[in-house]
Amino acid sequence: MLLINCPYCGERDQSEFTNGGEAHVARPKDPDQVNDREWSEYVFVRANPKGIYYERWVHTHGCKKWFNAIRDTSTDEILKIYKIGETPPLIKRFKNTLRSPSGEPDVGSGNFTVKKP
Amino acid sequence: MTQKYRLDKEGYINRKKSISFKFNGKKYFGYHGDTLASALLANGIHLVGRSFKYHRPRGFIGSKEDEPNAKVQLYNGAKTEPNAVATEVELVEGLVAKSQNCWPSVSFDFGAINNFLSKFFPAGFYYKTFMWPKSFWHKIYEPIIRKAAGLGVAPLKPDPDRYEHKFEHCDVLVVGSGPSGLGSALAAAKNGARVILAEDKSKFGGSLLTDQVTIGNKTGKEWADETVEQLKSMPNVVIKNRSQVFGYYDHNMMVMFERTKDHIESPNKYTPRQKLWYIRAKEVLVSTGSIERPLIFGNNDRPGILLASAAKEYIKKYGVLVGKKPVIFTNNDSAYDAAIEFKKNGINPLVVDIRKNSEGTAVKEAKDLGVNIKFSHAVANTKGYLRVSSATVGKLNNDKSGYENLENIPCDCICVSGNWTPTVHLASQSGNKLKFDEIISAFIPNQSHQNETTIGSANGSFTLKKSLEDGFNKGFEVSNKLTKKNIKSDPPTSNEKSYDNYEKFWCMPLPENKKYKRCVDFQNDVYVSDIELAIREGFRSIEHVKRYTTLGMATDQGKTSNLNGLQLVSNIENKIVPEVGHTTFRPPYTPVTIGTIVGREVGKHYRPTRKSPMHSWHEKNNAVFVDAGLWLRPRYYKQGNETLQQAAKREGANVRKNVGICDVTSLGKIDIKGPDSAEFLNRVYTNAWMKLPVGKARYGVMLREDGIVFDDGTTTRISENHFHMTTTTAQAVNVLAHLEYYLQVVWPELDVNVLSTTEQWAGAAVAGPKSRELLKKLFPETDVSNEGFPFMGFKEENLFGIPARVFRISFSGELAYEINVESNHGIFMWEKIMNLGKSMGIQPYGTEALSTLRIEMGHVAGSEIDGRTIPSDLSLEGMLSKKKDFVGKRSLNREAFLNPNREKIVGVIPVDKKTMIPEGSHLVKDKNAALPNPKLGHISASCWSVEYNNPFSLAILKEGKKRIGEKLYALSPLKNKSIEVEVVSSHYVDPKGERVRS
Repeated sequence: MLLINCPYCGERDQSEFTNGGEAHVARPKDPDQVNDREWSEYVFVRANPKGIYYERWVHTHGCKKWFNAIRDTSTDEILKIYKIGETPPLIKRFKNTLRSPSGEPDVGSGNFTVKKP
Repeated sequence: MTQKYRLDKEGYINRKKSISFKFNGKKYFGYHGDTLASALLANGIHLVGRSFKYHRPRGFIGSKEDEPNAKVQLYNGAKTEPNAVATEVELVEGLVAKSQNCWPSVSFDFGAINNFLSKFFPAGFYYKTFMWPKSFWHKIYEPIIRKAAGLGVAPLKPDPDRYEHKFEHCDVLVVGSGPSGLGSALAAAKNGARVILAEDKSKFGGSLLTDQVTIGNKTGKEWADETVEQLKSMPNVVIKNRSQVFGYYDHNMMVMFERTKDHIESPNKYTPRQKLWYIRAKEVLVSTGSIERPLIFGNNDRPGILLASAAKEYIKKYGVLVGKKPVIFTNNDSAYDAAIEFKKNGINPLVVDIRKNSEGTAVKEAKDLGVNIKFSHAVANTKGYLRVSSATVGKLNNDKSGYENLENIPCDCICVSGNWTPTVHLASQSGNKLKFDEIISAFIPNQSHQNETTIGSANGSFTLKKSLEDGFNKGFEVSNKLTKKNIKSDPPTSNEKSYDNYEKFWCMPLPENKKYKRCVDFQNDVYVSDIELAIREGFRSIEHVKRYTTLGMATDQGKTSNLNGLQLVSNIENKIVPEVGHTTFRPPYTPVTIGTIVGREVGKHYRPTRKSPMHSWHEKNNAVFVDAGLWLRPRYYKQGNETLQQAAKREGANVRKNVGICDVTSLGKIDIKGPDSAEFLNRVYTNAWMKLPVGKARYGVMLREDGIVFDDGTTTRISENHFHMTTTTAQAVNVLAHLEYYLQVVWPELDVNVLSTTEQWAGAAVAGPKSRELLKKLFPETDVSNEGFPFMGFKEENLFGIPARVFRISFSGELAYEINVESNHGIFMWEKIMNLGKSMGIQPYGTEALSTLRIEMGHVAGSEIDGRTIPSDLSLEGMLSKKKDFVGKRSLNREAFLNPNREKIVGVIPVDKKTMIPEGSHLVKDKNAALPNPKLGHISASCWSVEYNNPFSLAILKEGKKRIGEKLYALSPLKNKSIEVEVVSSHYVDPKGERVRS
């Protein structure tokens, strides 16, 4: 249940939005000039990191506008929201804190352990 | 009538209002203000259930939401509710409850034989025993296990109650109304914050309701009442009792249920039973308090053995004694409060304390009152089957590995205390990684990851002074972040008992040569021996131990058992508790009834129903409706005793012979405007659009970027930069989203706007050889000849004063027109057409006839555009422009899509010309081939051809076009049919398409 700050309407509940997957995946200018592999990467292949990620959202039950967001997939923290066409901020600018709501460890999953002092 | 264990004083109950209720078929009485638990205890009833696995008799352990044993089934019939917690059920007149998991009765339970066979049912028994054969699981093992180890029984009828949802926003949400909760709510509210205070009990005050403390010059209870009144008078505060915040989700989304009905004797008809609150809080203060842990000793699960804090609460809140010969067994000072309360009410308790001594004021007060205390002693075992009758007490030896002497002390209850566990569930759900506090031997919140602050005993501070300070300070701090008003309130002075250290010893040793069962998890029947076994068998991770033994997995989620289990694992493994870690806390904190989660979205409210403007006409004319997405469309118009097939045949035949009218309002309509509209259509459709003249429509096919056919429809050029697009009913929403995506994200340089106008236009298709004659009557001024209004033509017309758009397009394959008028004129248009068409034999036709007509014409629809087919599969390759790029074009150039042996659309007729072929049947060469029979294709749509009066189907068939004339079999194992069929062209009727152009 994220709270998403639509750049046109303001903060709204996640239920009003639809996620559109990874952002900044450009459609090849001349599709006939790319090989099958390059084309399939455009159509099918997306990064799926545990961490900071560029993604698209659309305010489906609102202004119907698409926009971009930078979200930490491990914490669901939305670090930045910007309109289509604006220059994407560099991911490096954000600290990847890699924590998750269920209290999982930094890497992998399961209950965390503390070494004996 | 007698409530033998009820005191004459004490408690917040109304002794003037007697309430009758039924438990296990017997009538009892309690008072207004009781819970089901306190009323049963007032009547001397401890035995309320049987344990999950071994069917051991069980009684109350707690007095609140931590109760693991007292799960009861409430009421009968549709209103019945399983697994209700008796300590949380408020007593109302006529309440009916019964014990679960016992047969024939709670005092004589046949399943108790499991207890004597328990050595055959250790941890993991099910995993080890019911492994094979696989086929036995579903039919034999599972039903038996369900019967033997069930919880309550779910109702079989629809829930008669209403449930509602509510959305709320606030600055500060305070969860729990104990001293820290009330203090923080007051401090935050005075600092100008919008506050919601939620308390899950019926009364506010938490521990202040039972503790002997003073705040300022008032008792704790008086201070709590006064503070609540003050909060209620403030306009910026919402204060809710009977409201359990059970989940902490992302971005401070808190979810709470409020019990609004069950406690009311005669509720209004429309009072919702519960309300689900979604609260988006800017800051959350978690003051959920703490839960007492039981001690572990031999046969510590007999009815009558309960928490010391519960015993105290039953006296203080309900004026109920849990017994008259109590033994109090503790490793800390807090249990002495219970001893003092017993003593004050004329009962002589015996305190068994494992510590050598204690300097706390509570202990001193107990001594002064003359309470008998045995230090350095422990309860090793208990006796009594349906109720505890004695405790075996012994002096612990020096290293606490055994006992020096053992004696039997008769008793009717044992009140145990193994210190307190902070209720960290919400903090943990918020992402707070907990840390282990060595002093209290429990986990407490550490670093907040959302705007969460845990205060009071939930944060491990067990004194009133600290809780009040915490509350007032944090209440000010978090509110000031938002309001910046700097109005600080100071915590009041308080007076309470001092408590000495507790001793970290909670699991009593077994006396020599004894194998008593020592229970850790009461609800799921997990014993010390089970955990030892799990570790012997190699389970190391606490998460694995949990799942193997089911420790903490019951509906109480191990509120009383988790930490004892963890400590046990750490002891056996010789690790420290933080090294073992803890299992994950997940919402909900307490069980939530499904009705509350569903709310009002039941039955017809589950989703919206869309109706065309002509719906009332259809209803009046005996339409039988069918769901088409959200739309209700007429499937057929029933005459007399017609079946669906007969009606569809009659309606379809009338279209082929005379003229029919079909409601096509539900088709998606999209208005497209802007100077780049033609270019845009050129990119999203597979065919060419730049040269479409104004006043002309064109059929278009849209692909997804992966080359799969997405949708089809006609688009009309209204003017140079204005188009009217139609989509299928099913894909209308998706097509608009698809267009928006490409316009905003992929080609933002195009100057085009798209807008759904589906509901703005009412649509009627007029189809059949006599449709031109009818059109002439509808638009007498217009040239409707084939030359004046050719196929795929468009005209803006005037229908007796109403603006209308007329398209010469056809889905039925007949000469046909589609007329659109503004929605509010839909009925006018429809009735006009019906009236003027009467002389031509006009009849309305529904979706069934519509399907029949399109199937025998070989027009594709949703059953062929099924998300798996590409244009050439549907013989639409002629629609693919070679001169331009379009969405999905590049994907068609991939190897698998170029394979000439792909499936193709064909027609299929049964050789006997009689048997309808079930949709979904598989086409095979040899009906008797060994399974799996190689599949050549499938039947996508079937109809009874009105043209030829025999069954006809469309099929997607491998190398379909080459197989025309071949004989195959259509197999439907589902309908147990195998039908010999002949492959024919998909264009069964009018293959050259002459009729639409006539």
